This record gives sequence, C-alpha cells and structure tokens, in this order.
Amino acid sequence: MSGLGPHAAFILASYGAAALVLGSLIVAILRDHRAQARALAALEQRGAGRRDRSGA
Amino acid sequence: MTRAFIAIVGRDLALAARAGGGGELALVFFLTLVVLVPFALGPDLALLARIGPAILWLGALLATLIGLDRLFQSDEEDGSLDLIRASALPLELAVLAKGLAHWLATGLPLALAAPMLGLLVALPIEAMASVAATLLVGTPALSFIGAAGAALTVGIRRGGLIVPVLVAPLTVPVLIFGVSASNSALGGAIPFLTPFLILCALSLAAIVVGAFAAAAALRQAE
Amino acid sequence: MPSLTDLANPTRFMRLSAALLPWMAGAATILLAIGFYLAWFVAPADYQQGETIRIMFVHVPAAWLALMLYTMMAVSALGTLVWRHPLADVAQKAAAPIGAAFSLICLLTGAFWGKPMWGTYWVWDARLTSVLVLLLIYLGIIALWRALDDSGRAGRAVAILTLVGFVNVPIIKFSVDWWNTLHQPASVFRADGPTIHPAMLWPLLILALGFTLLALALHLAAMRAEIMRRRVRTLTILEAERHDRLAMQGLPA
Repeated sequence: MSGLGPHAAFILASYGAAALVLGSLIVAILRDHRAQARALAALEQRGAGRRDRSGA
Repeated sequence: MTRAFIAIVGRDLALAARAGGGGELALVFFLTLVVLVPFALGPDLALLARIGPAILWLGALLATLIGLDRLFQSDEEDGSLDLIRASALPLELAVLAKGLAHWLATGLPLALAAPMLGLLVALPIEAMASVAATLLVGTPALSFIGAAGAALTVGIRRGGLIVPVLVAPLTVPVLIFGVSASNSALGGAIPFLTPFLILCALSLAAIVVGAFAAAAALRQAE
Repeated sequence: MPSLTDLANPTRFMRLSAALLPWMAGAATILLAIGFYLAWFVAPADYQQGETIRIMFVHVPAAWLALMLYTMMAVSALGTLVWRHPLADVAQKAAAPIGAAFSLICLLTGAFWGKPMWGTYWVWDARLTSVLVLLLIYLGIIALWRALDDSGRAGRAVAILTLVGFVNVPIIKFSVDWWNTLHQPASVFRADGPTIHPAMLWPLLILALGFTLLALALHLAAMRAEIMRRRVRTLTILEAERHDRLAMQGLPA
C-alpha cells in the first residue's frame, strides 16, 4: 500500500463506499435473520407449532 | 369474440370521453408540463428549439404514465374485471382492447396535439411532423408497457405512484429512439428512417409482451 | 394458510442451508482476503491508470454480480410461474436487495473511478447508464414487493415484472449503446474496455469468486429469514385462532 499516488482519496472513498453498502446489507440481513429466528423460537416455545386436533 | 373486443374498446372510449374520464386530463397535463419547461430553462428560443423534441417526448411519456394506474383499477372496483375474466374472450385480447382504447383516448390525442405544443418551444415545421409521427408510433408502446404495470398493481390501495416507478425504466428504449428519430429530422448524421423503424419495432414488441404480461398478471391477481 | 406439504420442502432447505452457510461464508472470507492481498500488494499499478486500477477489483465483480443476481431472479421467476416451486419466490425476494446493493456499489465505485480518470464523477457512459437503469428496475421490483401484502400474490406479480424486465434488459443495453454513440462519438474508454494485465487478472478472478460466494451466502441467509418470517406469520395466525376458540369454549362455562 506504499503510496496510492495522487488519487488516494478516490481509491479509499470507493473502497469505503463499497464497504459501507455491503456492510449495511450484511448487517440488515443478519439482523433480520436473528429477529425471525427469535420470534419463531418464542412461538414454538409457547406451543404454537403444535397441530391441534379439534380441527379448525 | 370480435363483438366482445369492440364492446370493450367502445365502453372504455365512452368512459374516457365522459367528464373526468381522464382522456382530456392527460392532454391538459401534457400542456402544463410543456409550459413549465421554459419557466425552468429560461425563454431562450434557440435552446428550446434544440431540446424541443425531448421536451415533447418527456411530456407525452409522463402524461401517459400518470393516469395509468386507473386502467384496470376502476374495472376491479366495479366488478367488470371479473366479467372480462369470465367471458369467452381470451384475456390477452381483452387487454389488447383495453390498451387500444387507452391509446385512442390518450396517446393519439397527445400525438395530434404535439405539433401545436411544438409552437411553444419554437420547433421548426419539418420537425413538428416528425415529432408527431414518432409519438404516433411510439405511444402504443407506452400504453402497453404501462398496461402490464397497471395489471401488476391491481388491488393496491395507494397504487398511484408505483406504476410509473415500475414502468419508467422499461420505457427507456422507446424514449431514446423516439427522441432520436425526432431529432434526426432536424438534421444530423443519421437518416430519419433508421431510428423510426426501430421505434416501430419496439412498439410492436411492446404490444405483444405487454398484452401477455398484463393478462398473466390479471389472472394471478384473482 | 400453507399446508404441511408446503412446509416440507422449506424444512429440508432450512436444514441444508444451516449446514452450508458457515462453509460458504468462511470460503468467501478466505477468498476475499487472498484476493485483496494480491490486489493491493502484489498486482502492479496500471501504466495508464496508475493506482486507481485498484478500484477495478471491486467495480468489476459488483457489475458482474448485479447481472448475475438479476439472472437468478429471472430463473426464480420461471420457477414461480412455470414449475410452481415453493421456494422460488422466496429466492426471488431475497435476491432483489442484494442485486440492488451490488449495482449501487458498481455505480459508486464507478463514480470514484471516473473522477480521477475522466474528470467527472458521472459520465453517461453506456455501461454505467445501463447499470443505473438496472438499479431502477431493482428498486421497482422491491417497491412492488413492499406494496403487495399477500406473499403468494406478490411472488407471482414480481415474477411477471422480473421476466418483462429480463426481456427488456438487452433492449435497454442496445438502445443505450445507440444513444451513447450518438451523443459521445469519442468515448473515453475503448469500446472493448481496458485490456487486463495477467498480474491483475488473477486477483480479479479470485475476488470475483469471493464476492460471488459472499452474495450467495447472503442470499441463503436472506432466504432463511424470509422462510422463518412466513412461518412466524402462519404460527401467529394459528395461535390467535386457538386463543379465539379457547375463549369461545370458556365463555359459556
């Protein structure tokens, strides 16, 4: 990385922008994944997953 | 089948002709858009003449797209869409009839009015004819691409802005070749006919793709 | 309400993807690390573009992924409409934001590359413009997903839109090329793009593979989240119904 030449700011900015977009995408997806997994676990613990026999 | 086709066209035209039907509203909107541009750009006639075809095309594009969400929505609300679905007429042909009626009520008046509005942007006489001609063959593409978008959003409560958002990117080729054909009449390296014929091809393709896509979308929206 | 047979297939998918996901994420991390090491410390600076060529290592894979994810969406759209595969619309929904993100990355890196090379952040270059229109199509697809409540109907509607867009993308590319040659006879770039030095090709390929694996891992994770979201919705409805019934039984007593 010894010296990025005269355009260092642009190179770093483009990597920064890419990291920002990709990072927020990853965070958003992981967060969604975790939230849904937690909600599902909570529901199943309450027994919502059981099929009830009385017929709906 | 022909009778059902003609009946749909006639009914939609009658609805469009009625007060508040949307036919003349698109024209007024078109006029308003063209009037707004000089206020934004300044009254430099040379500049306006140079970008005149682009202004007219953009105005026509927006005027066509703005009212499109009503194309199937009102039929869905009053139940006539269910009748159309249940009729012996294939849904593709019914969409063709609806699109044709939409074009007759919107695209055709826009194309005919374009030379008059061309006066406002100091368009030379020879360019007026070409702008009108390109709008005449290009607006069916807008109606039918738009019909697909309108069919996809049937039943959405606040669907007003979503149809233009869905449809506008798909109209980029029509806009490019429409403006480019109009400009070539003003002089330039390329002959008028090259982009004009591509525009015709785009329109024909859009009619077919739009009719099938809209029919498929209406079927799954039941 | 989905029946058990509908859930059977996604259940197997959930198990498979849970096993696969760490491996894919790990492989993507390793490949990206190797690729960026080569790109930054081994590959030479370009004799024309100097150090800014380092931007290419992100820009080109992003462009490639923006197109690949759209192709995946079109295949999933066929899966929804023709084969009625229960996972197809999940795959399609999960791919749209990722594709939009990569087209945005392609545009941003292109802008930061364009400023030192072309003198402006944005030129209406044919390829950049096509990616911009592709981003707009992605945004339209995401907007349609959000506008329709019923996931089954939304899946089919988006599938139709995706296919119409897929037919349109080559036409858009063609017309943008035409428009571009019309307005910019002397393009800044050679038409076939800059030729690539072999010392740059290797890091580029490794990074492209790494980014592809990353995108696929993200896609899997997003699909898993979507499947769980639908199951949560079904279970919530079931639970509410059971509470209703219990309340009804409880009342007369």
